[in-house]
Amino acid sequence: MTTSQIEIQLIAAIVAAACALPGVFLVLRRMALMSDAISHSILLGIVVAFFLVENLQSPLLILGAAITGVLTVALVEMLNRTGLVKSDAAIGLVFPVLFSLGVILISRYAGDVHLDVDAVLLGELAFAPFDRFILFGFDFGPQALVVMSIILLINALLIGVFYKELKLATFDAGLAAALGFSPGLIHYALMTSVSVTAVGAFDAVGSILVVALMIAPAATAFLLTDRLSLMIILSAGIGVSAAIGGYWLAYWLDASIAGSMATMTGVLFGLAFLLAPERGLLAVARRRARQRWEFAETMLAIHLFNHEGLPNSVEESQVEHLDAHLRWEPDFATRVVRGAERRGLIQSQAGRLSLTDDGRRLAQEAIVS
Amino acid sequence: MEPAWLLHDLLFDYTLRTVALGSATLGIVSGALGVYAVLRRQSLLGDAISHAALPGIAIAFLLTGSKAPLVLILGAAAAGWIGTLLVMSIVNTTRITGDTALGLILSVFFGFGLMLLTFIQQRPDSRQAGLDSFLFGQAATLIERDVITMASLGAVALLAMATFWKEFKLLSFDPDFGASLGFPIRLIDVLLTTLIVVAIVIGLQTVGVVLMSAMIVAPAAAARQWTDRLGMMVAISAFFGALAGVTGALISSTTARLPTGPTIVLCISAIALFSLLLAPNRGLLWSRIRGNRTRSRLRVESVLDDLYQLAAQHGDPDHAHPTAVLQTMHADRGSVTGTLTELETRGWARRVGDDRWALTTGGRQEAERRLDEEGGER
Repeated sequence: MTTSQIEIQLIAAIVAAACALPGVFLVLRRMALMSDAISHSILLGIVVAFFLVENLQSPLLILGAAITGVLTVALVEMLNRTGLVKSDAAIGLVFPVLFSLGVILISRYAGDVHLDVDAVLLGELAFAPFDRFILFGFDFGPQALVVMSIILLINALLIGVFYKELKLATFDAGLAAALGFSPGLIHYALMTSVSVTAVGAFDAVGSILVVALMIAPAATAFLLTDRLSLMIILSAGIGVSAAIGGYWLAYWLDASIAGSMATMTGVLFGLAFLLAPERGLLAVARRRARQRWEFAETMLAIHLFNHEGLPNSVEESQVEHLDAHLRWEPDFATRVVRGAERRGLIQSQAGRLSLTDDGRRLAQEAIVS
Repeated sequence: MEPAWLLHDLLFDYTLRTVALGSATLGIVSGALGVYAVLRRQSLLGDAISHAALPGIAIAFLLTGSKAPLVLILGAAAAGWIGTLLVMSIVNTTRITGDTALGLILSVFFGFGLMLLTFIQQRPDSRQAGLDSFLFGQAATLIERDVITMASLGAVALLAMATFWKEFKLLSFDPDFGASLGFPIRLIDVLLTTLIVVAIVIGLQTVGVVLMSAMIVAPAAAARQWTDRLGMMVAISAFFGALAGVTGALISSTTARLPTGPTIVLCISAIALFSLLLAPNRGLLWSRIRGNRTRSRLRVESVLDDLYQLAAQHGDPDHAHPTAVLQTMHADRGSVTGTLTELETRGWARRVGDDRWALTTGGRQEAERRLDEEGGER
């Protein structure tokens, strides 16, 4: 691997990790689509800032983006408060306008600069190693690497220092307010973090893929754990894996790195969606199937219990009779009987079924509860 | 351009005519069907569907090598549909919420689409040029055949909407009631979602993937401000959509370096803003004016009452009181002087000396009339 390749993967990994951190809270606070809105509309902030300083590397761009991000949130809430449109429509009205203004400004007035429409959507990670950060004659590495590392550090610091407040405000906003914290402040702080991270990642992965890196790893982690701390670590890890995997996918196909990274986050999510231990599709289907059998076996035990000691118990406890009384297909009945035998609930003698002590206890508990 | 020439060109210039017709079609269809998305709070589903359509377009091209609109539309529709199914499946099976599922499908599918697009662009295949016009739309690339395809699909969708009008109305406002009446609500839901997918994909070539969702949300949101009735809302929304579509597309195709999607979005957003501010009942401007008028009326009545009560305490209807006294009786001290002037204009109060005010006969009668009306004590 060449140095450039290593640097690109490093940048990609750091971008992914930096995005995953605020992403966790976006997912938990159901603000995922706000991140979509912000990542679209910060384009306007970047363009305006660019026109002011004529320099793509200026920190003013980050400021412009942060301001636009907060502006987006403020406009959406203002629109919400009028009561004239619903909350989802408010988001869908605000960000297209800002984004359109940004795109038009770029197309009309910045057409011959690096800031073009494709870069807006895709970024260009492949070129990142060429912009180097040189301070006092010392080459610190690619610009993007330095910027994103700083952002990652800030995000990690914020989450580390305000962990308890974030946790409380996210899961119990009412209690947080009652205790004197300001959930509103935390909300805006989170949105600012999203904006800053989005603009930092802009150059590398473009606007829309920032959303993928923020939401998908966090959603994947959400399927794998119940604990916030673990969710944060897992999200970062999954994001990094998707970044590296995506890089090699792009290498193989000679396609956009950012697009491939987004695709990989989707693949990882898909894997978790299917295979996650308790919450994955397979696990849920298996559990539901198992519960069906357990229910049927319990029904059988109850049925036998109800007829125990009664004159017709002999007839009622015959296997063939089950389909008449319980309306079970013969095959189904046979399997239920076998399952109940395996669980030690019943015994079978010459085609007649009888409850074991365990089975009787199960039936009694089921009826009482 | 003089209006006369514009009209002439509109009818006889092939490009302008095609562009105008195409964007009018998309405006009408997306405006009409967008009403249902907005009413059901599924505005951002449109965003997800349109972003998810991108890989469908790319795959359709990869499989068939053709850029014929119908092929790409089918690919887009299939991908949009699969995306919707996945969103619903994720929400139904896991604890992941709707917004996260939408954002996930939206960004992942779109990223996948971009990856495929860049992959396609590497191939030594000159025919792929122009696929990325689907990102922001390029109305200038519309040809008559495209418009015919769009119009046919759009007509079918609108016909379906008209046929199932009752069912969609039930689904949007009271699905449980509909289910209890025996309507197959699930199927109707599927049908409506399909129509919305169709509305989105026919607009992709003009407005592009990134901004098509605005054409679903904004016309309907704007129309909502003008009426409370579903039929009217659909009609107005379709009209707004067409208006914005045609205006935006015309401006874009006659101006250099102005992509169509963003231009149309700015037009429809302007219409939406106008509606939010100035629509008769709900418009913010009128609300503000109404609010001011009510506040002013309340102030006048309040000060009038105060003067009346003060006079009653002295048993002398002509007893004047200084402004300061009235101000202490009022929470909003600053407004008292203005209100007193208003009362004077109406002939209900008169100035006595420098700074003292008393009721006039007319004012006393007005105060008593109001007290009678409200059942208070004289």
